[in-house]
Amino acid sequence: MSGSGSTPVNSDKFISIEGIARHFAAPGGGQTTVFRDIWFAIPKGEFVCMIGHSGCGKTTVLNILSGLDLPDEGVAVVDGRAIEGPSLDRAVIFQSHALLPWRTVLGNVAYAVSSKWRDWSRAKIEEHAKKFIEKVGLKGSEGKKPAQLSGGMKQRVGIARALSIEPKILLMDEPFSALDALTRGTLQDEVRRICLETGQTVFMITHDVDEAIYLADKIILMTNGPEAMVAEIVENPLPKDRDRNQIHKHPSFYAIRNHLIDFLVTRSKTFKNEIPPDYDRRKPPIVRPQAQPLPVPPPEANGRKVA
Amino acid sequence: MRASLNLRAGLVSLLILLVFGLAWHIAVSGTGPQQTLDPEYARLLGQTAVQGKSAMPGPVDVLAKIWSHAKDPFYDKGPNDKGIGIQLAYSIGRVLIGYSLAIMVALPLGFLIGMSPLMSKALDPFIQLMKPVSPLAWMPLALYTIKDSSISAVFVIFICSLWPMLINTAFGVASVRKEWVNVARTLEVGTFRRAFTVILPAAAPTIVTGMRISIGIAWLVIVAAEMLVGGTGIGYFVWNEWNNLSITNVITSILVIGLVGMLLDQALARVGRAVSFPE
Ligand SMILES: Nc1ncnc2c1ncn2[C@@H]1O[C@H](COP(=O)(O)OP(=O)(O)OP(=O)(O)O)[C@@H](O)[C@H]1O
Ligand SMILES: [Mg+2]
Repeated sequence: MSGSGSTPVNSDKFISIEGIARHFAAPGGGQTTVFRDIWFAIPKGEFVCMIGHSGCGKTTVLNILSGLDLPDEGVAVVDGRAIEGPSLDRAVIFQSHALLPWRTVLGNVAYAVSSKWRDWSRAKIEEHAKKFIEKVGLKGSEGKKPAQLSGGMKQRVGIARALSIEPKILLMDEPFSALDALTRGTLQDEVRRICLETGQTVFMITHDVDEAIYLADKIILMTNGPEAMVAEIVENPLPKDRDRNQIHKHPSFYAIRNHLIDFLVTRSKTFKNEIPPDYDRRKPPIVRPQAQPLPVPPPEANGRKVA
Repeated sequence: MRASLNLRAGLVSLLILLVFGLAWHIAVSGTGPQQTLDPEYARLLGQTAVQGKSAMPGPVDVLAKIWSHAKDPFYDKGPNDKGIGIQLAYSIGRVLIGYSLAIMVALPLGFLIGMSPLMSKALDPFIQLMKPVSPLAWMPLALYTIKDSSISAVFVIFICSLWPMLINTAFGVASVRKEWVNVARTLEVGTFRRAFTVILPAAAPTIVTGMRISIGIAWLVIVAAEMLVGGTGIGYFVWNEWNNLSITNVITSILVIGLVGMLLDQALARVGRAVSFPE
């Protein structure tokens, strides 16, 4: 993480989105442009969150990164190669967990493992799958069907399935948004721990500002759609080894939090009308909200979900 | 609570059966001779006119007949006198052959239609046109081209079993949840493996529902088909016994046909439960 905003060297472009556009047929004929000419890059080992209002095209970006969807213009490059379709190098954690309901917990994870290592024996596949089931805290539930699990447990299985194929990149589409606050917190801790351990490169969509601050190294801000654009890329000023119960004491916590909320509340709408003169679509500005000289913490310190 | 409901329902069923049997018994018992007739003429008219006894057999006659069939279901005394078990075996055999052939065509074709919007649209008019045709309407064509009555009956079973399975398979395959397919795609699972590991299990409940409808229709149709082509089978047996004026045997057959149909349906219901999954 150089974070200086200078021209990134090639290793900083492990994932590189280069001028992508996506159009869909509009209901009344013609077409709507969800976004066009989007550029950003993600260095190896970074945890990047994308924030924006509903309908701005976040899922569309993630689908392009996963290879499930293709851009109409531009390319998405991973590790120097343009994405042409889905790959086992990029695992997706779906918002709706997307477990196969006729398979058990073990069966779901083993399905992914056996897809990656096709010549492995059954015993080896199951051993590997069990390791990851244990990692997300589901030891003992291997034989259960998804219908017998709580929402948080299902999402855990989804996480275990994605991690089990040891992907180079983890893509997450609002993975915790359907969970209650307590479960969400626990899962955030676990995902953070696992990703730090393995130096995982992560692209994650979220609606939750606090989740982004807790997890992300960088936060990409999308303006409202249609024709959404990347307004800026926010660098997280908090240290990498942050503790969820202590981060609000960090002097820069409210700086970044207010910056993000301010963007979601007002600037996401107005940005397009007041584009800064030096704005370059190819290099969205990188900002690093810092503590003001005399920080005055606002009283309502525990607001959570925005948008 | 549940057990007691089942128990009460069972008792009511038994009661209905007894009332029905009793009413049947009373309805067909004789009222004594009503008039004297020339014996030759009386023989032509049968027992109804002579003794006031109904030609309709009573429940006791039918039970006795069922017992006699049950004792020796597989005797074979020439083309016109075979045990009911043999006749049933012929019918079940034809149904299973025609039905299995229909599965072998309907499943792959249904997959194709379900997975390809082009084929779905292209084949739709043919399916819409052929589906409402009574399977028996195919019989003359089958007899003419195949020239074998037994195989023609199998063909008719094939045709009537085909449509529900084909339509349900296509529908089940087309409506597999997109996210499940996407899971397989992100895991780089090839088309062939995807069809067996995601689409087939996901569509299986719908497919088996189609198979259950098909076996029901096939069992309805086989009786009519065998009445037409003759020779062997439970349909032929019913018709033959009607010609022999053995109403007891006709009623026995009706019960047996119902029983076999029920067993076939239950077997498919069991398969359906095995492949279903809670979401
Ligand atoms: N297959 C499609 N056909 C037509 N329009 C689509 C399709 N997929 C997405 N869109 C449109 O593209 C826009 C962006 O959709 P997308 O799902 O990427 O939004 P999002 O930012 O993920 O929203 P949310 O936060 O609600 O998940 C929406 O206006 C949506 O209506
Ligand atoms: Mg979305």
